[in-house]
Amino acid sequence: MDTSTLPKAAELAVRAARNPRWQPDAPMPLHSEIFTPATQAVGAGAAFAFAQDALKGAAGDAASLEERSILWVQDARAIKLGGRPYRAGLPEGLRHRLIHVAAKTPEDALFAMEEGLRCRDLAVVVGEVAGNPRALDFTASRRLTLTAEKHGVPLLLVRLDAQADLSSARMRWRLTSAPSSPPRWNIAAPGRASWHAELFRARAHPPGEWILRDEPERLAAERVQKAPAPDHGDLVRGSGARSLAAL
Amino acid sequence: MAIWCADLALDRWRHSEGCQRGEGTDAAPLALITETAHGPRIDAVNQAARAHGIARAMMLADARTLCPTIEVRPSDPAGDLAFLERLAIWAQRWGPWSAIDPSDGLLVDVTAVAHLFGGERRMLADVEARCAARGLHIRTAIGPTAGAAWALAHYAGQAAILDPEDDVSARLADLPVAALRLDNDVLLVLKRLGLKRLGDLAGIEEGRDRKGHNDIRGRDAIHRRFRNRKSPAANPLVRMDQLLGRVPEPLLPVVPITAPMVQRRLVEPIRHRQLLDTVVADLAEDMARTLEARGEGARRLQLGMWRVDGEVLTRDLEMAAATRDPSHICRLFADRLDDIDAGFGIEMLRLRASWSQPLALDQSDLEAAAEQHGTSLAACMDRLTTRLGRDAVQRPVPRASHIPERAQSWQPPLEPEPAEQHQLAFHTRPLKLLDRPERISVLYAAPEGYPRRFSWRGQVCEVARVEGPERIAPEWWREKGSTRLRDYYRIEDEAGRRYWIYRNGLPTDGRGGMPDWYLQGLFA
Repeated sequence: MDTSTLPKAAELAVRAARNPRWQPDAPMPLHSEIFTPATQAVGAGAAFAFAQDALKGAAGDAASLEERSILWVQDARAIKLGGRPYRAGLPEGLRHRLIHVAAKTPEDALFAMEEGLRCRDLAVVVGEVAGNPRALDFTASRRLTLTAEKHGVPLLLVRLDAQADLSSARMRWRLTSAPSSPPRWNIAAPGRASWHAELFRARAHPPGEWILRDEPERLAAERVQKAPAPDHGDLVRGSGARSLAAL
Repeated sequence: MAIWCADLALDRWRHSEGCQRGEGTDAAPLALITETAHGPRIDAVNQAARAHGIARAMMLADARTLCPTIEVRPSDPAGDLAFLERLAIWAQRWGPWSAIDPSDGLLVDVTAVAHLFGGERRMLADVEARCAARGLHIRTAIGPTAGAAWALAHYAGQAAILDPEDDVSARLADLPVAALRLDNDVLLVLKRLGLKRLGDLAGIEEGRDRKGHNDIRGRDAIHRRFRNRKSPAANPLVRMDQLLGRVPEPLLPVVPITAPMVQRRLVEPIRHRQLLDTVVADLAEDMARTLEARGEGARRLQLGMWRVDGEVLTRDLEMAAATRDPSHICRLFADRLDDIDAGFGIEMLRLRASWSQPLALDQSDLEAAAEQHGTSLAACMDRLTTRLGRDAVQRPVPRASHIPERAQSWQPPLEPEPAEQHQLAFHTRPLKLLDRPERISVLYAAPEGYPRRFSWRGQVCEVARVEGPERIAPEWWREKGSTRLRDYYRIEDEAGRRYWIYRNGLPTDGRGGMPDWYLQGLFA
């Protein structure tokens, strides 16, 4: 192996510095994964928020993107766990553009997503797959990535109740809901959606955590600073679940 | 214009023998025969045999008694017909289309053509000269109808021309009734009736007998006599009308069909299989282009390989369905080329589609185009619907109803949205709606009525914020009277999970016991 082609440690540090932190107006990669619990609709909501943000960002052909349809693919288990899309609850600009695919099996859902990515008349494809089906392995995810990048249609794959297994998604989020900011006129009522988002793998950005808020015009993000690790003095660190006696 | 090849079979035989008329083998009496159930029968005789009194349709045994030295050769009616077909196509040099007149004649349409050859007479001279150059003994005639031309060619002597301005019936009156192209038994009947000339028949038709007396029963009588004969060849009246142009006579024109053919001459003779495969692949591509231009696909292909030493190797291929896929053709030929002996090398290859069928043009690179530019929305929906079913690919559309789950219906994705009254968005609606509202068990209810703590799917939610109730009454005009109203609450628990729950009924509405709570929707 030719070691000269590999980056030096110093270069890696520079590269890390060059990779900026994720921001809401950062360009959206063409294949993202969002891991959410099945009992919340945060995945689809955040997916639409991301998509709207990205579609707004593509100002050049905004007019053509405006009327393109959106494909929402769900497999049967995702429908059973999380329900179907409800038109009146969709973001205003997307209501009339939604096409819903209820696939029986994860294989069918993957097929539908891939066909959707191949279609030049779709603005974005949102997939919702429950669990870790055998069909959705690294090969399938790589296939989706390649198709998305070949045809330039973004894919947001929502994984309900799933382990973060191997995947070729360019950005992987873990989302749960977060307490919303109270509305102005009724502080006792739930406000606009907000999510606790953890970006745990991204090609262009270092990982981080944010509180995302779905503002009317844009997606607002507020960085969550991790509390510094408590100082345990002389105690052995990093023992994890193991017994201290084993060290 | 009618061309009658009076001696077609013998002319062909002479051509194959390479002898002139009346010379060499032809100088001796000769007959062409066919074997029949009753022995050999004579089909054609040459001049020398005719001088001995031998005629066609005679049995060979009878002919031998007249002329014991007669030579016989087998006749070739199929070859004659094939030759006649080729001759008909060749004869299109004098007119836009031509038809075969079995068994030994041609009909060429020369309407408004003669001036190109300097008049009708010179055109006939040209026909005769060219046919004589080919060794064909012919008689020609031009007439206003096909029947008239035929009659003149056969019975009126050399190069007869009948102008349309002439009195056709008068000009043809002297010809025998055989000039009507009738079957032999009909001719026999007419002969027995005493109708020997066309003039006799025409006279009866016009209601005159030979002495000029009016007799309008004549045509009726003949009509009755032949009333069962529908075929023109069996009905002299129909033939007569065709001859005079009173009824149309459809003819079947000969259309030349050239088999698609591609060939490659090679600079250097090839001796190796690999090169041969390359050339065959090139030929297949050429053939595919040729066939595509004609809108056809090949059913049978013939690959001819000319070797340096003059040997020709052929390989035939027949397909189950018309095709012009080059890779398919190559794959099929690859199996047939294993036993080729190239000798000193193959210098020319020719691929010929001897049988081709219409094959509609198709866009063969549909997949490739889709790969490159993406599919259209309609194509995408087609693919999804084909694999997943019509019910799987749908678009939500609003419906006029208060009940949340009824307020949306589904329709095929590309249909236009139905007209709707604008819905007032007073209340926020969830992003997702469960297919069936799920019952939740309230663990602690607030005095205001909504639950403070409830469990759903095994997890406990502490309600932190709430908005409601939004009361939705049942649609009394379509539901039973016992249906209870719903009080919807929008709630958020301490972890920020936002749900849409409702209480089905009021404790005091008298439509059942204590109302149950359900969770119906999930907010983003």
